[in-house]
Amino acid sequence: MNEIGDTRAAREEKLQGIGCRRKRIEDIRFTQGKGNYVDDLKLPGMLFGDFHRSPYAHARIRRIDTTKARALAGVVAVLTATDLKPLKLDWMPTLAGDVQAVLAGEKVLFQGQEIAFVVATDRYLAADAADLVEVEYEELPPLVDPFRSMAPDAPILREDIKDTTEGAHGKRRHPNHIFTWEVGDREATEQAFRAAEVSVKQLISYQRVHPSPLETCQAVASFDKIEGELTVWGTFQAPHVVRTVGAILSGIPEHKIHIIAPDIGGGFGNKVGVYPGYVCAIVASIVTGKPVKWVEDRIENLTATAFARDYHMTAEIAATRAGKVTGLRVHVLADHGAFDACADPSKWPAGFFNIVTGSYDFPVAHVTVDGVYTSKAPGGVAYRCSFRVTEAAYCIERAMDILAHKLRLDPAEIRMRNFIRREQFPYHSALGWEYDSGDYHTAMKKALEAVGYQALRTEQREKQEQFRRRETRELMGIGVSFFTEIVGAGPSKNCDILGIAMFDSAEIRVHPTGAIIARMGTKSQGQGHETTYAQIIASELGIPADNVMVEEGNTDTAPYGLGTYGSRSTPTAAAATAAACRKIRAKAQMIAAHLLEVHHDDVEFDIDGFRVKGMPERSKSMKEVAWAAYNAVPPGLEPGLEAVSYYDPPNMTYPFGAYLCVMDIDVDTGVAKVRRFYALDDCGTRINPMIIEGQVHGGLTEAFAIAMGQEIAYDEMGNLKGPSFMDFFLPTAVETPHWETDYTVTPSPHHPIGAKGVGESPNVGGVPAFSNAVNDAFAFLGATHIQMPHDPWRVWKAAEALGLQK
Amino acid sequence: MAKTAISLTVNGEKVEALVEPRTLLIHFLREQLSLTGAHIGCETSHCGACTVDMDGQSVKSCTVFAVQADGADLRTIEGLAAPDGTLHALQNAFREWHGLQCGFCTPGMIMRAWRLLQENPHPSEAEIRFGIAGNLCRCTGYQNIVHAISAAAATLAGASKEAAE
Repeated sequence: MNEIGDTRAAREEKLQGIGCRRKRIEDIRFTQGKGNYVDDLKLPGMLFGDFHRSPYAHARIRRIDTTKARALAGVVAVLTATDLKPLKLDWMPTLAGDVQAVLAGEKVLFQGQEIAFVVATDRYLAADAADLVEVEYEELPPLVDPFRSMAPDAPILREDIKDTTEGAHGKRRHPNHIFTWEVGDREATEQAFRAAEVSVKQLISYQRVHPSPLETCQAVASFDKIEGELTVWGTFQAPHVVRTVGAILSGIPEHKIHIIAPDIGGGFGNKVGVYPGYVCAIVASIVTGKPVKWVEDRIENLTATAFARDYHMTAEIAATRAGKVTGLRVHVLADHGAFDACADPSKWPAGFFNIVTGSYDFPVAHVTVDGVYTSKAPGGVAYRCSFRVTEAAYCIERAMDILAHKLRLDPAEIRMRNFIRREQFPYHSALGWEYDSGDYHTAMKKALEAVGYQALRTEQREKQEQFRRRETRELMGIGVSFFTEIVGAGPSKNCDILGIAMFDSAEIRVHPTGAIIARMGTKSQGQGHETTYAQIIASELGIPADNVMVEEGNTDTAPYGLGTYGSRSTPTAAAATAAACRKIRAKAQMIAAHLLEVHHDDVEFDIDGFRVKGMPERSKSMKEVAWAAYNAVPPGLEPGLEAVSYYDPPNMTYPFGAYLCVMDIDVDTGVAKVRRFYALDDCGTRINPMIIEGQVHGGLTEAFAIAMGQEIAYDEMGNLKGPSFMDFFLPTAVETPHWETDYTVTPSPHHPIGAKGVGESPNVGGVPAFSNAVNDAFAFLGATHIQMPHDPWRVWKAAEALGLQK
Repeated sequence: MAKTAISLTVNGEKVEALVEPRTLLIHFLREQLSLTGAHIGCETSHCGACTVDMDGQSVKSCTVFAVQADGADLRTIEGLAAPDGTLHALQNAFREWHGLQCGFCTPGMIMRAWRLLQENPHPSEAEIRFGIAGNLCRCTGYQNIVHAISAAAATLAGASKEAAE
């Protein structure tokens, strides 16, 4: 069935299937400037929208005057809350069960909040006119510190819900309180702490940061009045959900809404939610009858769309003197800003924060999370993270180091003593998860050996002595991080978004010539889906990956899926891809058997076709079978060769990894230099190692940025300090360290190809590795916990606090 | 707003156009010439997604007015491949070395690397890192971009050596 002389290895090589470093299909257009991003789109008669935004963090709106803006030549429309109200679009539901103002009518609740949407014939005129909108305010006291949110005298922010005592996630104790989420066994945990030989307690804050993909959020909306159809091209990580939400909000039938996510210039969680800009572009198109483009600029992006973290975690660990953990207790104060606009699965107001027991065998644990409102931008999205998992990993990895320090145990050693053992999988955690598979000891040992861990510790002790003898002003820190992620949301039994189960999908059609088109419910933002899904199909169907075209992002053609975020594409849509392929293969087997004139049980799949068992010379290639599917199917079988799979995962997947960071810190300048960073990832079956390594490099760079400098900071009046790339730290090639990658492979037992997902692992595991390195450098001088971000100024201050700046 | 006539060369072709004095070069390229390869990432000259080559220098076209390009010789990512469609060594190397993910920074990054390799045909890793420090990438962590530029430099050196022989 193959060209004469082709060995099995050559046949496999030709497929470019699972496990090979296939070059990316996407790159052909991207390297030539031929990507198709939202702002590249130009439609006849297209108008441009721009916002007038609030300069205040908290103020009552006395009057909005759009006269001057409307009078400017080229301005077509100006929308305010008054215009949206009759359409019931002045407020919109958030994914977290709250509501968010689309345009502020009575009150502004954060600096940069949208007040008026100006539509003009070009983007410069729209910006001019946005400046001409006049708003009269009555300033109100802002509430910036989340620890003051529930104070008796705190200003009430959300007057729209001030008398509502029942929120989307239960009782509210204060007008600025959103929810309390509790999980675990409170009593048993209290008992563990009463009985503990030692315990530690530390407030560990994860500062407010922003995903800031290089392409900002943007959309083009085009409403066809004659057909009553709406088409929206936008930066959507989850286009199908946008369509459903759009239908519910607008009343336009769902089949008349076409959502298209073209190429997306990075997402990192920023592009999951629905923003006022999308809604206003849609309304403006309906009002004007013309296509309307909205493109936020960078300042707007950092100011108004979807921040991440702002989690203030008080962690306590109970343990024996030998360093065996006996209990974990965490209370979180979660700052959600002005609206609860998290993009978590609906039943999970704090995401999967209950993965906070990490990689360790905690017999008992108890977690409470209080969400509160402040006068800051809404969000709380999963920035390269699976729903608060990076917060959880940072919390437990810092806390384990603090415990190690108290017990004078090595950070690696305390982890080894407490790891969940290989034979304990599937492992039921104290906070309710079933970890699918893992081999933590093997991964940790491999990592420690790879970096020469003991030698590094010896060098560090020598350096510490030199420092004490005043022979050097440099400190050495070794950051150890061992993370367990929970990704692939998720099983319908516990995951939905607005009532839609979080399955994902693949629809695969094999054409007569053996060429394939495959469509998925996910949406790549740079992860390389067009390349990797094709590799799975190649291995499953025996058709070369180059003969497969993968298409995503068009809700008219792609099967319904929940999109790409939370490292879910591989656990869900890649599983659907394999499942759809197996349906196709089962039918192909019937056709092959028919062609070979044997019973279908007597043929078996072999790399790129079927052969009669025990008679390898009698075979039919998948290509031949594809042709036959359209003209020679066995009696009783329908022609054609295609399948669709909606895959409801039986469980989450649990990627893990061991990261080690070696840092040299100049005490006098506070500059921390990463000498070495080693990352071992176990994401189960590796579909494309080249892409995995690329994901790890990128995620580590984001982790480096977060740990070492990134912060969305506000002053006491709620002014955002530094909302541009001038101040918001994105490392350049000069600051970015060199990355070493490594791996072990522990397949997921429940995933069709054993893959777990990797996109977010490096961010989740990376942040604690950097932060632990900084803390480790100062620990011998008495430091317990130094808060992130560890920019030179703060590191210098930490050194000063230890009396080192004399 | 009154418009100004400009005349320039873009990717080897003569272009004459009317622009507002305030029109930024990036908007002129993207919207008037439909050359959408260069992107806008920050509007403050930090990210370099808008990098194009103007009279032998890399410029961030989000902070250059179109009128400043009057009389200039411009090259954008669309003009990098040979007229017969053969890709430039940098374009091949970025794909070969997985030097891109979302692709949004790529046109600017490649155009910056193109100029860098003319300024310094044999850059060290540190020189490459410094040479592209005006171009941010959020996806790759730069490591593979550095590899790609280094590999392209070697390819170009090999090609010029061959031509000399």
